[in-house]
Amino acid sequence: MTVTTKGGGRQAASFLHRHPKLRLAGLLSAPVLWLVVAYLGALAVLLISAFWSVNTFTGDLVKVFTVENFRTLFTEQVYRNVALRSVGVAAAVTAICVVLAVPMAFFMAKVASPKYRHWLVIAILTPLWASYLVKAYAWRVLLANGGPVDWLLGGPGNGPGYGLFAVILVLSYLWLPYMILPIYAGLERLPDSMLEASADLGARAGRTFRAIVLPILVPSIFAGSIFTFSLSLGDFITVQIVGGKTQLIGNVVYANIGAANNLPFAAALATVPVAIMVVYLIAVRRSGALEEL
Amino acid sequence: MSTPAIKLTELRKSFGAVEAVAGIDLEIADGEFFSMLGPSGSGKTTVLRMIAGFELPTGGTVELSGRDVTRLAPFERDVNTVFQDYALFPHMSVVENVEYGLKVRRVPRRERRERARSALSSVRLEGFESRKPSEMSGGQRQRVALARALVNRPKVLLLDEPLGALDLKLREQMQVELKQIQRDVGITFVFVTHDQDEALTMSDRVAVFDAGRIAQVGTPEAVYEQPATSFVAGFVGTSNLLIGSVAEALLGKKGTFSVRPEKISFAEAGIPGTVAEVIYAGPVTRYVVDLDAGARLTVVEQNQRTGTAALAELRGKPVHLTWLEEHVIEIPSSKENADAL
Repeated sequence: MTVTTKGGGRQAASFLHRHPKLRLAGLLSAPVLWLVVAYLGALAVLLISAFWSVNTFTGDLVKVFTVENFRTLFTEQVYRNVALRSVGVAAAVTAICVVLAVPMAFFMAKVASPKYRHWLVIAILTPLWASYLVKAYAWRVLLANGGPVDWLLGGPGNGPGYGLFAVILVLSYLWLPYMILPIYAGLERLPDSMLEASADLGARAGRTFRAIVLPILVPSIFAGSIFTFSLSLGDFITVQIVGGKTQLIGNVVYANIGAANNLPFAAALATVPVAIMVVYLIAVRRSGALEEL
Repeated sequence: MSTPAIKLTELRKSFGAVEAVAGIDLEIADGEFFSMLGPSGSGKTTVLRMIAGFELPTGGTVELSGRDVTRLAPFERDVNTVFQDYALFPHMSVVENVEYGLKVRRVPRRERRERARSALSSVRLEGFESRKPSEMSGGQRQRVALARALVNRPKVLLLDEPLGALDLKLREQMQVELKQIQRDVGITFVFVTHDQDEALTMSDRVAVFDAGRIAQVGTPEAVYEQPATSFVAGFVGTSNLLIGSVAEALLGKKGTFSVRPEKISFAEAGIPGTVAEVIYAGPVTRYVVDLDAGARLTVVEQNQRTGTAALAELRGKPVHLTWLEEHVIEIPSSKENADAL
């Protein structure tokens, strides 16, 4: 019984009970501080610095407002190509993940016996526990000239090697769990009776899948795509490791921070994926995908 | 009699070590309103699911109008199901839900629309065509599910506790409507329920399920007035069993007997006992009476006495009970009955 535990803690608790606003402040002040200072603050700095420039002789920051960076971004063909290529890679990765994730999630949620379901979820999650770098380098070994993939395909040079295709392949591998999990969750909520009703009304499995399962899954698929799309769009490590000469937004930003020492231009470049993601989120919001996250 | 709409022979189903359906033989006539009544876990829903094709039997056969469909998929059978949770497709409007079966069977668009509309009007849902299921009440969804099944004009309609999720008033209203719809369309209805009132009210015949077997099949009257086992007597209504020495003392006969509570009345003279409990239940009042001879009986009386206070005073008072001899039901003794006691 709580009656027996008298003292300061109990008095503080009952004081807080009488002052709900104080209670709310205690709960939220730390996270709000974090959100405003560290998270939104960093974004604000990014946006502001995108409008600065660098003195080409001294390499010093010039904190004077200019739209020069964005002008370069929009007028130079090379940056448009990089942006389009990045979106293409993100879209391809997302499409591959959907094609692989839907049957896997369907098996997990509707075919496998409930006893094994948890083990399958764990099996999907375990790759996420391994370091991203280790996995990317593992693929570098696999795809190396004369490596295992070449050997499987019949000899050196037969595999895809490093390049755009390798980037799409490795990113699809890395982000697949983020697509499987929301689809799995969506399927688990889909009652079996819905599938039975469709069969009962004369539909074969293929029809049931196209007419019932897929439309109901659309929000879950979009939810997964938010992860795969944004993670692919911002990636710069995989591109460096298996991309060969491929240039995506991520590694162009990285090059501008490091080698080119042009932080303002890197910031301007970095607003591109942010803008694309905002557009994407607004587009998928209507499907109800954001409720699935 | 013509070929039965449904014929089950030696039907069995096991889930692992559990035998859910333990050998069922049953014939359901064309156009019949047939109920499968039993407690949860008695196998009635499993039988329904085997008729629909959602479960494959472990043994035995299912025939629909003389055709063996035991191994056929649900979409190859001329039956439709109304599910307990209705299973309406959430992304489709009401009319799209109702049309689905026709669309799958490639019925032309015009005819589809027409039939869907008339099915919706037969369940009194005109004007709801473009609504989404999520915008409708439980009773309305129930009707959509019914229309979606009926529009295909199946030979047999299977209903899996379709009224279970509705409140009492709506349920009673739907019982009457379902019966009317069944008479109008003339389709065989197989209705699964655990509610004895529902089964007795609506059915032409009732099968009472007990532990994976059928304990009795008959008209509602037969099941209620002449229960075949003490399980049936207890599940369909309140049983009031008189057994062994009590039966001998009161009736002068050995065996198991039952007297329905509404067939017993209070009298000046008769079988002596004491009122143990008085339960006020609106239109009727239930009395629990301990007989001096040893049994405990429930007596139901129309509520014609005044006030709960007056009723409470009856508690602990000595009373006398009478009943007509023809209202004493002899329950055939069997091994099963002996186990149940």
